[in-house]
Amino acid sequence: MSGYWIGLITILSINVIFAYGIFLAVATGQLNLGGAGFQALGAYAAAYLAMEMDQPLFVTIASGMIVAGVIGFAISFPILRLKGVYLVLGTFAFAEVVAGLILNSDALGGATGLPVPTFIDWDVPAIAAVIVAVGVFWLMSTRFGLVVRSVHDDEVVADLMGVNVRMVRVCAFALGAALAGLSGALYAHAYSFVEIQVFNASLSIYVLLYVLLGGAQTAWGPLFGAAFFTLLPEALRDTLPALKEAVFGALGIEGAATPPDESWRFVILGVATVLMMIFRPEGLITRTMVERLRPLNRAPRAARAEAAE
Amino acid sequence: MTQPLLKVDDLSKSFGGLAVISEVSFEVPAGGRLALIGPNGAGKTTMFNLLTGVYRQDVGTVTLDGEVIDAYPSRARIGLGMARSFQNIRLMPHLSVVENVMLGQQSRARGWRDFVAPVSAFGRSAAYREAEDLLASMNIETRPGDVVATLPYGIRKKIEVVRALAAKPKLLLLDEPAAGLNAVETASLRDFLLQISETGVTLLVVEHDMSLVRSLCTSTVVLNFGRKIYDGPVSKVHEDPQVLEAYLGPRHAGEKEAAHV
Repeated sequence: MSGYWIGLITILSINVIFAYGIFLAVATGQLNLGGAGFQALGAYAAAYLAMEMDQPLFVTIASGMIVAGVIGFAISFPILRLKGVYLVLGTFAFAEVVAGLILNSDALGGATGLPVPTFIDWDVPAIAAVIVAVGVFWLMSTRFGLVVRSVHDDEVVADLMGVNVRMVRVCAFALGAALAGLSGALYAHAYSFVEIQVFNASLSIYVLLYVLLGGAQTAWGPLFGAAFFTLLPEALRDTLPALKEAVFGALGIEGAATPPDESWRFVILGVATVLMMIFRPEGLITRTMVERLRPLNRAPRAARAEAAE
Repeated sequence: MTQPLLKVDDLSKSFGGLAVISEVSFEVPAGGRLALIGPNGAGKTTMFNLLTGVYRQDVGTVTLDGEVIDAYPSRARIGLGMARSFQNIRLMPHLSVVENVMLGQQSRARGWRDFVAPVSAFGRSAAYREAEDLLASMNIETRPGDVVATLPYGIRKKIEVVRALAAKPKLLLLDEPAAGLNAVETASLRDFLLQISETGVTLLVVEHDMSLVRSLCTSTVVLNFGRKIYDGPVSKVHEDPQVLEAYLGPRHAGEKEAAHV
């Protein structure tokens, strides 16, 4: 495989894991705009253990996940007292605090960052992404997943049905933080270098967009969202010059087809985002859409029993 | 005399300076069908919210099946055998019919094993089959995968009751089950509720539709401005002067009484 595809699969895998991390919080109705903070915690935990303590790969990656998960668990108690836009701001502020602390820490390299000695190829993130995706699908099909989705829909009724709403939210948030940490640890090893500037506010916004525009009702949403928004800019990299040439050709302009500016890719990405907000506000993949694609579930019970005989 | 299933003792609740429930006491016998009626704003839904723990009373006690339940948080009360439906349908819109009913089983889930056992994958779990069977036994023919938001109003009303039934309650609190239903749907709902009552579940119903109250319930408690003004058989409620006054106003109540004489 060429270096380009290796790079693409690596970042796609990391983004899928990252998106699932945010998805677990969003699925309970909690918008988490602190994704970059949790990813940075995982990345720096892994980088520090690998660089300063020579720990093997599985220790550093597991630690990245645990550090982010434990901190996510600890801050979820105060932060999940916030609701709506205040929760968004609270998680956002958390990510800023993490970035600020790391930036001012000499042990973690400050603004210069930390090199990571152990390198991983595309296969580790890819396998991890598959395991995480299968795990989240499984989790969403359990009673825990059922309860997560019901807390999202109506917390008062969920409570009256016997759901411990707070426990469900804390678990989903902490588990999501751990997954974001895992994606950070994988990032650290795949790129052999971490610097805090990478884990910035726009990263948090992007990963939340993956989830919201992919759809937060089913586990398919973040998968499609992450894939779509990771691959679209890459697809545009090839098709945009061709598109410009075609437009210029149609207009009869000769020889002026210089490759378009890089920023045009992001203009198109922005337009796609706005269009999706208008036409698919509940995300690309909705629950109703998934059900429609499962013909077995569309038949009444009696008919299914007959069909089984 | 057997002890009542639900015993409400001297219950009071005020919001700010406004007394919404004042010193209300009543009993629901086990297996009974009691209607809680009253004009709008009489405190009927507040009474439900006090019973289920959404609000805490200022004074008074609630006893369910011999146990004082005041100290239990709202989420624990369903496990004691008290489930409810809501005035406006509050099914989970993004869950399927069966998943909504499975949510009703939540209070019976014990330990982490119950939480990590798949319930909705491939439709083969015990919880899934139990929910499907309950729906079938209540004659609700839907497709298991149907998302609730796409179903007709009358069906959703019934599904909400089935969701509460999935908790296997002793006492079912129904908040205006017939609101928004037409005559045919109401009749079907009455048969449906009588069917539930026959299985031994006690019903406490808030309802405005008096024909449904008369054909469904045996006794009634009338609230007005948070006070109990009548407690007795349904058949006598329209003869009570205080009830007539509450519903029709003092002048018309007088006319009605005069007409009766």
